[in-house]
Amino acid sequence: MKILVLIAHVPDTTARIAFTNDSTAYDTNGVQFIVNPYDEWYALVRALELKEAQGGTVTTITVGGAATEPTIRKALAIGADDAVRVDIDPKDGHDVAVQVATFAKDKGYDLVLAGKETIDHNGSQVGPMVAELLDLPFISLATKLDVAGGKATAEREVRGDVEVVECPLPLVVSCAKGMAEQRIPNMRGIMAARTKPLQVVPAVQAETLSTSVRFELPPPKQAVKMIPADEAGKLIELLHTEAKVI
Amino acid sequence: MSVVVFADTRGTKVPKNSLEALTYGRKIAAKEGSTVTLVTFGDAPQDRLAALDADKVVVARAASDADSQQLTRVVADVATKEQAKWIIFSHDDTGKAVAPRVGARLKAGEVAGATTLPNEQGLIKRNVFSGKAQAWVELKTPVKVVSLLPNSMSVEAAQGTATVEEYAGDAGAAKVIVKEVRKAGEGVPLPEAEVVVSAGRGMKGPENWGLVEELAKELHAATACSRPVADMHWRPHHEHVGQTGLAIRPNLYIAIGISGAIQHLAGVNGSKVIVVINNDPEAPFFKAADYGIVGDAFQVLPQLIEAAKKLNAER
Ligand SMILES: Cc1cc2nc3c(=O)[nH]c(=O)nc-3n(C[C@H](O)[C@H](O)[C@H](O)COP(=O)(O)OP(=O)(O)OC[C@H]3O[C@@H](n4cnc5c(N)ncnc54)[C@H](O)[C@@H]3O)c2cc1C
Ligand SMILES: Nc1ncnc2c1ncn2[C@@H]1O[C@H](COP(=O)(O)O)[C@@H](O)[C@H]1O
Repeated sequence: MKILVLIAHVPDTTARIAFTNDSTAYDTNGVQFIVNPYDEWYALVRALELKEAQGGTVTTITVGGAATEPTIRKALAIGADDAVRVDIDPKDGHDVAVQVATFAKDKGYDLVLAGKETIDHNGSQVGPMVAELLDLPFISLATKLDVAGGKATAEREVRGDVEVVECPLPLVVSCAKGMAEQRIPNMRGIMAARTKPLQVVPAVQAETLSTSVRFELPPPKQAVKMIPADEAGKLIELLHTEAKVI
Repeated sequence: MSVVVFADTRGTKVPKNSLEALTYGRKIAAKEGSTVTLVTFGDAPQDRLAALDADKVVVARAASDADSQQLTRVVADVATKEQAKWIIFSHDDTGKAVAPRVGARLKAGEVAGATTLPNEQGLIKRNVFSGKAQAWVELKTPVKVVSLLPNSMSVEAAQGTATVEEYAGDAGAAKVIVKEVRKAGEGVPLPEAEVVVSAGRGMKGPENWGLVEELAKELHAATACSRPVADMHWRPHHEHVGQTGLAIRPNLYIAIGISGAIQHLAGVNGSKVIVVINNDPEAPFFKAADYGIVGDAFQVLPQLIEAAKKLNAER
């Protein structure tokens, strides 16, 4: 089975959020970057499990400049066979999707796995866009994924219910919590990652459909109102009469 | 010309987030002087569809909710026929899968998870960095797609007199087939809940969740939990909220014995009112709270349950 896993390079979950250039750009100064958790913990690890059980290859693809390479090496250390980097700083989700779809087209991937969303952009856009550009079916926000007899079976949560769905390969899946457990790379993996193939491919021209023109930080929170523990019942009254939320 | 709104109308009542998307579409249509065409799927009865606040309802009864490719063909087709400049979705499970596909198909820019209507410059706001910041987005294309973050808009439902028609185009065969649906339990589904009672490692063990569930029941709330609680299998995975779990934005979020790590906050910081109950006055969660109680959950919860029961009895 040939699997392609989309790997985004994102600021660490605890990174400081600040903007520069008149609030038009994210300030990456001193920020540590990581593999997007959904891509790492769920998509990549599940791809590796499927490969270990059934044979095949796991290739990662990242759309980004040379600065993303340490993140890509981390994915290789976890166990991907090889990696592709499309050499462009993408302008929007559509740009990423066009680059991935252009690379993946006609390469015969059985499965293309994306994360549920990036933790910086939070679009949930790239997976379904890649599916549309490749004219493939798409299973969104899967919490379980299995493959047998040329078919994928997945679970997804919809309006609180769990749907079990089935779809013939090839297809695109976006991966959410539940699909796999995080894997910590070991020393051997880290050593091996240094020499695994990382192919850099040029980007194609893509139209920019949207731009984030300006960023802002949320207004500071009002001071918290404290209620003594032995009068805890008062909270319910305040939520009813003051906050009016119950 | 029409504003096209895609909505989920299945089940016994139209979900609130679909009605929010409809209100959003209505407001855009009012500004543009156009009509509203609602696109839907599934088996909702004709009279319920006709009562929606749209000028026309197109229903693709045969389309599968799980097949975004089919639904994309339907929405794109209707939008093209209606010469729509705006296509509005809810940023819910189905909208998240279909809206970007429609955008890619029609080469239309998309605002994913919009929280506002367009401002005077036509910019639309959305959350980024898991709610730790917001971005104003410009759509550069003649056709624009917006998926509206649930709970960002209050519903202004007018009584509609929509004409209802069956979708007559070719949606193709479904490739993603639903084999089974496991209904959620009795309680309120977490993504739609207006009140959420959530607990963390401070509850010590799964055997103590009775108190959490009882408070949730009294407040008609859904239950949620922190990541370690789901990882230790004290609670099911689908209750895990935060950066790597579900992001929710209820009107009220009550956090019990949760420290308030930044990754947890990322999934709940959109809640309108946050209550924190923790025995450590230094717990970081208090900085994000509107109301706080420093105390032992095992002493505080019974008092809350009793007060909630009393309030329910008075209503
Ligand atoms: C990349 C990444 C992603 C993550 N994603 C998530 C995520 O999506 N969601 C998430 O929740 N976490 C996530 N985490 C984990 C997060 O960092 C915290 O470890 C986690 O949220 C802590 O859970 P907790 O508050 O339940 O437990 P703890 O941190 O152990 O806190 C327990 C709290 O309970 C209080 N307490 C103890 N006893 C009592 C009592 N009797 N009464 C009242 N209070 C009491 C304590 O004072 C303490 O504040 C992530 C971490 C990483 C690195
Ligand atoms: N620059 C990128 N390179 C590779 N994959 C990406 C990139 N950006 C996003 N993705 C993938 O698309 C998913 C959804 O991203 P988003 O639409 O930004 O929320 C992520 O979880 C990744 O799997």
